[in-house]
Amino acid sequence: MSARPTLAVWKFASCDGCQLTLLDAEDELLLLAQRVQIAHFTEMSRSSVEGPYDLSLVEGSVSTPSDAERIKEVRAASRALVTIGACATAGGIQGLRNFASAGDYASLVYAHPEYISSLDRSTPISDHVAVDYELHGCPVDRRQLLEVICALLDGRRPAVPDHSVCQECKQNGTVCLLVAEGTPCLGPVTRAGCGALCPAHHRGCFGCFGPTAAANTASLAHTLREAGLAPVDASRLFRTFNAGAPAFRAESLAQEHHDRTGPSRDPVRPR
Amino acid sequence: MGDNESVQVDDEVVIGRRGLDELMASLAALGYEVTGPVVRDGAIVHGPLAGTGDLPVGCHDQQGPGSYRLEEGQDEALFGWAVGPASWKASFFPPRETVWSAAPQDGSGTPSIAQADDEPGTLALFGARPCEVAALDILDRVLAGGEVPDPSYVRRRTGTFIVVAECGTPASTCFCTSMGTGPAATAGFDLALCELPPGGDGTHEYVVRIGSARGAAALEVVPHRRAGAADLDARRQVLSGAETRMSRRLEVDGLRELLAENIDHPRWEETAERCLSCGNCTLVCPTCFCSDVRDVSDLSGTVERHRHWSSCFDRAHSYIHGGPVRSTTASCYRQWLTHKLSTWWDQFDTSGCVGCGRCISWCPVGIDLTEEAAAIRETSATREGRDA
Ligand code: SF4
Ligand code: SF4
Ligand code: SF4
Repeated sequence: MSARPTLAVWKFASCDGCQLTLLDAEDELLLLAQRVQIAHFTEMSRSSVEGPYDLSLVEGSVSTPSDAERIKEVRAASRALVTIGACATAGGIQGLRNFASAGDYASLVYAHPEYISSLDRSTPISDHVAVDYELHGCPVDRRQLLEVICALLDGRRPAVPDHSVCQECKQNGTVCLLVAEGTPCLGPVTRAGCGALCPAHHRGCFGCFGPTAAANTASLAHTLREAGLAPVDASRLFRTFNAGAPAFRAESLAQEHHDRTGPSRDPVRPR
Repeated sequence: MGDNESVQVDDEVVIGRRGLDELMASLAALGYEVTGPVVRDGAIVHGPLAGTGDLPVGCHDQQGPGSYRLEEGQDEALFGWAVGPASWKASFFPPRETVWSAAPQDGSGTPSIAQADDEPGTLALFGARPCEVAALDILDRVLAGGEVPDPSYVRRRTGTFIVVAECGTPASTCFCTSMGTGPAATAGFDLALCELPPGGDGTHEYVVRIGSARGAAALEVVPHRRAGAADLDARRQVLSGAETRMSRRLEVDGLRELLAENIDHPRWEETAERCLSCGNCTLVCPTCFCSDVRDVSDLSGTVERHRHWSSCFDRAHSYIHGGPVRSTTASCYRQWLTHKLSTWWDQFDTSGCVGCGRCISWCPVGIDLTEEAAAIRETSATREGRDA
């Protein structure tokens, strides 16, 4: 009987990228295996130890009726439950169905949609069970994932920021794409964590880590539109991996509405 | 270029572009890491300089609230631009650093603690602007002054050699005349250059003022001639032209009290409707010094203390037991503006703003602190009360 805490990794509706981020921690995996017993991680091994588990990492959203049942079992078998990634924390890219009728998509995609059993909406794990910690990103950042695991093992608070991507961008010394060339960038309203990867490679931020708590999406959208972005494109900008995060969802809908009806809820522009 | 007589403090001489190259070589030979403005990704930032060819030759910038564009290859000017997003703060107060680390020792149970003791080279800032020198003076007060000087800042900052480039072409976002920090260099430099208008062949000469004995020593080996009345007059015209063109103003008279009296002004909430809380203004500001310290552990048991730039717009920055003290964007923006222009005086007996305009250009939504301060002045409750 091992004294090490047990770790389990669970998959719901997802692409597996977040779990793979753990496997991608090649330099740290052996150390991790010394600190914890990896009890259930089907992406890594088909051998599985029975629960309960000290720490469960949950990837993916709740997308089917069976997901909705299974997550309760996972919760019941876990002391601490941490959700990882945009699917588990915001419903993921599959949450695009939440803007339409899932049935319409099914009949377009599948020859026999009657075999498909999925829920109308793709929802984050926290809509279904209590979650102890949410780690954002699409996929999650390897260093942040290890940081959260270490912090929980050591009984301290994870050092995971909730400020904007811009702050990482400035710390890196990257020249701002939005200011210096007018490239649409979600960095000012997006949670840091990726190390401002895209701006460093000359791409505007896609919002993979979801909105910050302080996100002022309306003001950013207004500025992007003033710089020439069509409302329909502004709407799409907010509607990707974190389309289900409340702040992004609301802004995406507002821009879509703006597209149809003209300006309605622009921030005050003094002067 | 001729009479290479010895120079001393307060002398004024003239050198050409080749002289600047030799000055850089002279500084390198004296052991300095010569660093200064370079072009990267469409903006003027800082990097190592081996010669004047590394400078932003022929570059001119167009800046406005939330906007920056660089035109390259225009002419032979080396200093025809205003400050970009980078500030020297990053050289002395790095964006991220490890303060110390502790590793478990085999057997003994006592960790071994290693203080960060990197030996940073001594920098020669080549082409720093007068407002940037003023900003360093403020940072010195904040980080090297007081009862507990910051050891890492002091280590990096000690012995810095400063070659100022006075400003002939301010950006529309500059307002150093309001803050008394430019466009001429007044103090804090070893050498101060002023780029004169081009001669018939398009090349420029530079009036160099000697600010220190080591400035004189560095210049001595560089071919130069004494500045004549015409050279000095040309320099004065460059600088007065810059002053005349500087359209942005910040009314500083009574500003400290004005802001202190208006902490409930409705303008804070109005500005918060536009402000993104992104923190760009604070991180580009050459005097903002807030940092966050985090202790992290890794799987091997190593513990590290990290320090990195933070911002008053980061909600975690004011987090104390129970929640953040400043939880709204309005309160964060008010903290930023009132600290820069008002309570900085209480704390450090100086303004926190040197008028460089970076926070205006690099704010994604173009919020302009001079406009914000003016708006509060216009509608100040206390002012109206007094006037009535
Ligand atoms: S490039 Fe994007 S993330 Fe970086 S500072 Fe500009 S707006 Fe922010
Ligand atoms: S407050 Fe703005 S204008 Fe003043 S020194 Fe800072 S960045 Fe420059
Ligand atoms: S004033 Fe501008 S740069 Fe500063 S936090 Fe607000 S939006 Fe960002």
